[in-house]
Amino acid sequence: MAERPHAIEAVPVRHPWRWVFAVLIVLIVANAIWSVATEAQLEWSVIGEYLFSEQIFNGIGLTLVLTVIAMTMGVVLGVVLAVMWLSPNPLASGASWFYIWIFRGTPVLVQLLFWGFLGAVYPHVSIGVPFGGPELLGGSSNELITPFMAAIFGLGFNEAAYMAEIVRAGITSVDEGQEEAAAALGMSRMKTMRRIVLPQAMRVIIPPTGNETISMLKTSSLVSVIAVSDLLYQARLIYSRNYNTIELLIVASLWYLFFTSILTIIQYYLERYYNRGSRREPPPSRIEHFVKNFLPRHDRSATEPLPPRSGDSK
Amino acid sequence: MSAAAVTPMVDADRVHKRFGRNEVLRGITLSVAPGEVMCLLGPSGSGKSTFLRCINHLERVDAGELRVDGELVGYREASGKIYEQKESEVARDRSHIGMVFQRFNLFPHKTALGNVIEAPMMVLNLSRTEATDRGRALLDRVGLLDRCDAYPAQLSGGQQQRVAIARALAMEPKLMLFDEPTSALDPELVGDVLAVMRQLVDDGMTMVVVTHEIGFAREAGDQLVFMDEGVVVEQGDPREVIASPQHERTKAFLSKVL
Repeated sequence: MAERPHAIEAVPVRHPWRWVFAVLIVLIVANAIWSVATEAQLEWSVIGEYLFSEQIFNGIGLTLVLTVIAMTMGVVLGVVLAVMWLSPNPLASGASWFYIWIFRGTPVLVQLLFWGFLGAVYPHVSIGVPFGGPELLGGSSNELITPFMAAIFGLGFNEAAYMAEIVRAGITSVDEGQEEAAAALGMSRMKTMRRIVLPQAMRVIIPPTGNETISMLKTSSLVSVIAVSDLLYQARLIYSRNYNTIELLIVASLWYLFFTSILTIIQYYLERYYNRGSRREPPPSRIEHFVKNFLPRHDRSATEPLPPRSGDSK
Repeated sequence: MSAAAVTPMVDADRVHKRFGRNEVLRGITLSVAPGEVMCLLGPSGSGKSTFLRCINHLERVDAGELRVDGELVGYREASGKIYEQKESEVARDRSHIGMVFQRFNLFPHKTALGNVIEAPMMVLNLSRTEATDRGRALLDRVGLLDRCDAYPAQLSGGQQQRVAIARALAMEPKLMLFDEPTSALDPELVGDVLAVMRQLVDDGMTMVVVTHEIGFAREAGDQLVFMDEGVVVEQGDPREVIASPQHERTKAFLSKVL
């Protein structure tokens, strides 16, 4: 047998334009930081003073609660709507279509205001026998539909319409053969959906759902129009007293950024979990990606084990 | 093997099936006795896969009678009338029939063992321990006990198909259906799958196999059925049919695949 030849030590392709753009971007960013630090008339102490204040913390708490409840409602109702949409029952799929048409077709701000002012057209709300039969639970709209409840309804029902579309796309992305295999084993349609189809659909559903959650965290700031004291509402209360408008908007933004960053990290790990079984290796992290594309000389593939032979893949 | 006294495992009487205006099955009549192995041969589009899928009601029979172990497939007889089966009845019937697909159709989000124990746990309500014992024994039987924690994407095609066979066997079926089980495999991996199937034949499993593996049909089959354009062209002892086909269509087909 011949001796194993030396590993090829070729000069890697150079990417001069990458360096030109990198320098350009660094200059622009540095200038922006310099400008904010020296020219803008910001009262930095105000930001420090309110960043960890109790009033801001109360707002954060409510923003997070709103996000979690509205997203949970959106996901659960969204799955139901998606399954209804795909059901062979025309009435179910029609109802689902109608729901999505209404709730996706009108602005969420309008929907929030609608729920907030529902009391004007329905002074009394109740749950009971339909068509005016005896009621089981009921009361004054203004007492039952508090601004908080209106915020939950407005955000949650709207989100469900978007989630339904995302879940539907996920379900239809799963290969038909999967349902057939489950059916051939004697599994019922519901069990097949729960155990086989939905877990695989998650791979397609998770990334846009992460975006929706991040979006919801920020969209929830709209609830200040119906007097729900979320993060932005609290910031606005403070700057209406001390006129440090920009400073408090920065405080709010820092917190929004902090939580969206956390959500991004959670999303990365969720995606990795639901990708299991679909790839032989986990995708590279951001840093690995950077190293690979910017510093080709640090290519470590020579020291890594050889990739699996392609002949025996499916 | 005469089946006059015993109930046939599969009994088809003039089975018809159409997709829209395209009539795929045009009166299939055949019978498989318990313990018998029938191989279905024919060009693509001849309806052999469709017929196989009718047996576990993945496709609905339009006309004629198709019975498995004496019971109508997809329908229920009561006081001279025929009723469509409920979803739960269809599922129960299917749980007694194993099926192996051309494209394996393993559940990619579950390990090899996870694939095998899924239906015993979900359909037969076995505990996880019972199902795992059964699953490990079956993976051992198909020679893949050491890969039981691997995901399908980490297995070769031949290994995936053997897991798929183990998954079907985990339901302890009375009948196994194979839909071109080796057609999607690299030639060198076909042998492992056929070996597992031969072992099943030796164990006395009743099998209906759609295949292009003439060697398997000749050596392991009790009956060979040649189909074309939705009808049975020729059937009989595999060795005789392969050695001296009577119909022109069969001769032409065999001369191309042999």
